[in-house]
Amino acid sequence: MPEIIIREAIAQGLREALDEDDRVFMLGEDIGAYDGAYAVTRGFLKQYGPDRIRDTPISESVIVGAAVGAALAGMRPIVEIMTINFTLLAIDQIVNHAAKLRYMSNGQFTVPMMMRTVTGGGGQLAATHSQSFEGWYASVPGLKVLTPSTPYDALGLLRASRKDLNPIVFAEHSMLYGTRGEVPEEYFEVPLGKAVVRRPGKDVTIIGYSRMAHIAEEAGNRLAEKGVDAEVIDLRSLRPLDTETLVESVKKTNRAVVVEEAWKFGGFSGEIASGIQEEAFDYLDGPVARVNGLDVPAPYNGTLEAATIPTAQRVLDTIEEKFGL
Amino acid sequence: MELAVDIDKNQVADYYRQMLMIRRFEEAAGRLYLQGLVRGFLHLYIGEEAVAVGAIPVLGVQDYVITHYRDHGHALARGVDPKAVMAELCGKSTGASGGKGGSMHIFDVDRHFMGGHAIVGGQLPIATGLALAIKQRGGDGAVMCFFGDGAVNEGEFHESLNLASLWKLPVIFFLENNLYGMGSHVDKTHAAGRDIYTSAEYYKIPAVQIDGMDLLAVREATKEALKKVRSGSGPVFLEAMTYRFRGHSMADPVAYREASEVEEWRVNDPIEQFKSFSLAEGLMSEDELAQIDREVIETIEEVVEFAKNSPEPELDSLWDNVYA
Repeated sequence: MPEIIIREAIAQGLREALDEDDRVFMLGEDIGAYDGAYAVTRGFLKQYGPDRIRDTPISESVIVGAAVGAALAGMRPIVEIMTINFTLLAIDQIVNHAAKLRYMSNGQFTVPMMMRTVTGGGGQLAATHSQSFEGWYASVPGLKVLTPSTPYDALGLLRASRKDLNPIVFAEHSMLYGTRGEVPEEYFEVPLGKAVVRRPGKDVTIIGYSRMAHIAEEAGNRLAEKGVDAEVIDLRSLRPLDTETLVESVKKTNRAVVVEEAWKFGGFSGEIASGIQEEAFDYLDGPVARVNGLDVPAPYNGTLEAATIPTAQRVLDTIEEKFGL
Repeated sequence: MELAVDIDKNQVADYYRQMLMIRRFEEAAGRLYLQGLVRGFLHLYIGEEAVAVGAIPVLGVQDYVITHYRDHGHALARGVDPKAVMAELCGKSTGASGGKGGSMHIFDVDRHFMGGHAIVGGQLPIATGLALAIKQRGGDGAVMCFFGDGAVNEGEFHESLNLASLWKLPVIFFLENNLYGMGSHVDKTHAAGRDIYTSAEYYKIPAVQIDGMDLLAVREATKEALKKVRSGSGPVFLEAMTYRFRGHSMADPVAYREASEVEEWRVNDPIEQFKSFSLAEGLMSEDELAQIDREVIETIEEVVEFAKNSPEPELDSLWDNVYA
């Protein structure tokens, strides 16, 4: 099976959409002549032309709003907002408009648009450029939120998204674009709202998504060296959330720890922990543990920043402290 | 007799009927609000009828209309069933949005009536996108986007004007300048005060200010604007100077303006003005106008009865159109 990196997988998914559906077009800041801030759309402008690869002014609200309007009129726009930090400038269009129009119009309208954006820290970009807001968006009825961590999932989720008529937030992690993985040549999709068990185990469930899915997996592998058999789950999709897979796992392991890059206070990991406790309380040996980014604005200094982001070691320490494993 | 404007008797009757329909509809809505049958926020369009009725009928069926939360007048002028609008105000299952949207969120997909948007300025980016879709498809459609003087101070206004002009999108940005954003006068909220259209010129958008109390002036300006927009030269900006005779919403005690100011504007009541015009030009007789008055009142009675007698939405419908 060929191996590609996530950047290539996303580019492939976007190319398929552009090739197969003439209603699809892209708009965003520097996606054309510049080739994309993270080089995902490299070569797209030349291949598809300026009508389908639309470089925009730095105007996040009208970028997303224009996609909403075009979607209402039957197009299939794909927006790139350079980073999730900048989506705050468009949050009115995302939360008040894209997420609401189907419901408020009693189903007269659908909003088949995707907003791709880049989440996460770790690049020493300091407090305004290192945040993880996908959990915020996941709290909104009317948005679907996808968080791929592998090339396979990135491509599979992009393909499945094209069949969905609803607004989708597609959060790509800035530190994962070079992550390599196997992607079959034959066609496949990854369904929205379905988690995947990365590593089966029986002693403790470690749950992560996006970059933290890799941290969870690393922690699981290191636990194996200690003779602890961890089950590692990658959520892939925050909304819809696959609570069923989490509950099934916890019924087997009786222990769970959630790893999330975003802040702990009000973080999405709390929603996951709460969901597990509501559905599987009697199976738990103790409270669901949470390993989150520290509740500080991300510092610029590399050593300081690294201290804020969850590591496999912190996951191991937490598991040892909370569960004695 | 040669008329200064190109209009025939049938059109005059139709415009008069439409404006009166909005006026009586809004009065009835206000009464239903006081009876507790309409809840939430209710923003009446009384006084501004000449803008919607002068502008919207100029459009074709393929064009789009999108507006702000003072949206009943635009919906009716676009041909949305008044029963469905009133039922929506009453939160009934027969409402335009099944009782899910309320007064501020009227939609009608079949008539390309794209809402009813209640976040000030939020409809401008969407209008830009509707126009972008038209351009992407190579059609000759147009978008008419209404907004108030409050919206021009939002970033979304400026982002939208810039992008629409940059990409030469077929949209008429239609400002209804009724001088007040809630209770704040434009002189205190916008640097260009009562000449907001000049701010469009910065974005290289042709802009015209018109008398929004004069249906014929609105109609003529809209025709010109639409011709230009359809030619592919990009957006046009129209600023209709108008006035709402009632408060911002039914909850507004109107403490911020003098009653005398309202009386001054009432002299230019768009319906009375149009009535005088049609009588003076011999296009309508007193009897014909009175006949329309009676018919409109009867229609509104039916509309109110329909809304009152319609069923509440089923509780199960709460989850309709929830997909995530």
